[in-house]
Amino acid sequence: MREFLLLCVIVVAGTGGELCVTRAMKQIGEVTDFRPLALARFILKALVVGWMWIGIGMMTIAFFALLAALSFENVSFVVPVTALSYAAGAVGAVLFLRERISAQRWIGVLIVCAGVTIVLLSKH
Amino acid sequence: MTDSPGLHFKTVLLILMIVVFAPLGNVLLGKGMKTVGPATHWTAADLWSVFVRICSSGYIWLGVASLMTFFVAYMLVLTWADYSYVQPASSFSYAMVALLGYLLLGEVITPLRWLGIAMICLGVLIVGHTPPRTTAVKA
Repeated sequence: MREFLLLCVIVVAGTGGELCVTRAMKQIGEVTDFRPLALARFILKALVVGWMWIGIGMMTIAFFALLAALSFENVSFVVPVTALSYAAGAVGAVLFLRERISAQRWIGVLIVCAGVTIVLLSKH
Repeated sequence: MTDSPGLHFKTVLLILMIVVFAPLGNVLLGKGMKTVGPATHWTAADLWSVFVRICSSGYIWLGVASLMTFFVAYMLVLTWADYSYVQPASSFSYAMVALLGYLLLGEVITPLRWLGIAMICLGVLIVGHTPPRTTAVKA
């Protein structure tokens, strides 16, 4: 139960955080200048976007949930299960970022989900 | 957007960094947390003592450094490529983390688990063959 809860938090908070960060980064625009000063200025610009902080907050929660799960579970179990964030990510990308997802991509997502199910079954 | 060779090279290079540093970071965190051990009572005092042990673990800091490298590469690539393109491509790391867990931490991985991980990779391969940007670019 504790394990199930932690895995859910890792997937939901992790994916939610990434979606928020993506939204923030798209707002800032493409990086074209890779010199250190330009990158530093870019990071400063990223830090004033509200979505960035919501994203960072959610990813922090996901990070500590991951640490908690890793304290009693194998890395080779916990991390593959978090691949469920694929399904969450695809749905979130459609609803939240207005990305279009092709049928082919959905099939890939479904196969990933099947793989995660097998990894879950491999535990018992 | 035209998929120029320059953009393609940048994307591949950063995705490669993502695939190496994310699993390495997770394996280091796994190693660190096995040393720290789980919280037993989930009281404030217990969680605080676990937190202090986490902060004083070298493996955890190495893992965090590795994950930060991954995160910077990830943020950079997300400024021009779609999230739903980058996330699948970066998930090769799910296979890499199992491999590193097996090689570096000596984790036992059953054939069934390898099968599940292989399927995750297959799904990733199918998803990966889509153009990097599907949303309209503002003029």
